[in-house]
Amino acid sequence: MITLGHYLGLSAALFVISLAGIFLNRKNIILLLMCVELMLLAVNFNFIAFSRFLGDSTGQIFVFFILTVAAAEAAIGLAILVVVFRSRRTIAVRDLTSLKG
Amino acid sequence: MLSLIFFYVLAAILLAAATGVIVARNPVYSVLYLVLAFVTSAVLWLLLEAEFLAIALVLVYVGAVMVLFLFVVMMLDVERAERQASFTRYAPVGAALAFVVAGELIAAFWLKSRSMPMTSFQAPRDAGYSNTRELGAVLYTQHVYAFELAAMILLLAIVTAIVLTMRRRPGLKAQDISAQVAVRAEDRVRLVSMPAETDE
Repeated sequence: MITLGHYLGLSAALFVISLAGIFLNRKNIILLLMCVELMLLAVNFNFIAFSRFLGDSTGQIFVFFILTVAAAEAAIGLAILVVVFRSRRTIAVRDLTSLKG
Repeated sequence: MLSLIFFYVLAAILLAAATGVIVARNPVYSVLYLVLAFVTSAVLWLLLEAEFLAIALVLVYVGAVMVLFLFVVMMLDVERAERQASFTRYAPVGAALAFVVAGELIAAFWLKSRSMPMTSFQAPRDAGYSNTRELGAVLYTQHVYAFELAAMILLLAIVTAIVLTMRRRPGLKAQDISAQVAVRAEDRVRLVSMPAETDE
């Protein structure tokens, strides 16, 4: 039978992989956004697993709101990315230094 | 026992897909691996009997957000050579940090495993149980203000995304609706009153 520990371990592994991904792909904003999405997925796994094993549906409600906010964040982030690319012709993190004094 | 086999197979696919997201050379492949990761997670959530959220994940993430990512990745055409150069330099730091965080998580689990029921099984649901009904009963009563707030956040995201990406190209021959509607007759036509000409 699947226990709570199985899901928590899977979620922790997913979180660690996406954390390593942020360091590996730190030049590319799109990949950073995708790694953040993976992290949110790992957190959602924890919420759902606890909700299921502790018998409280509030955890699933929370996942619902996390999905909503993450979708809004991805839409606005990608829109900002498109605007930045349009004006600077690049989205490399290294080149986005115009706020530096 | 069968569900445990399912769990291990799906977990392996999920972790492989997540690894594919972070190591794939081509960003388009990364997005496709992320789609695979989300679909696999949806199936795992089905194993957890969170049916509503599993379907919502497929519809919202695979159907909308990932398509948006795919569009942006293909539209922006990021150069790939730069990514390979940066790959090895920060890999040791990332690996070290990943190990540290993994150690912290394992320590937290180990400490909490005495008070939390880590090895508890899923209590079986009765036959008439509906996950959607249960979530709806809580969502529209206890969490109704948060629900309204989520709707406002989505509206904000729509408006923001449209306003940010809308641009007016110079020289584009398009109708300006507000200018057309705002036209007044006095600006266009001048009525001149003059005496009618008569034949003498």
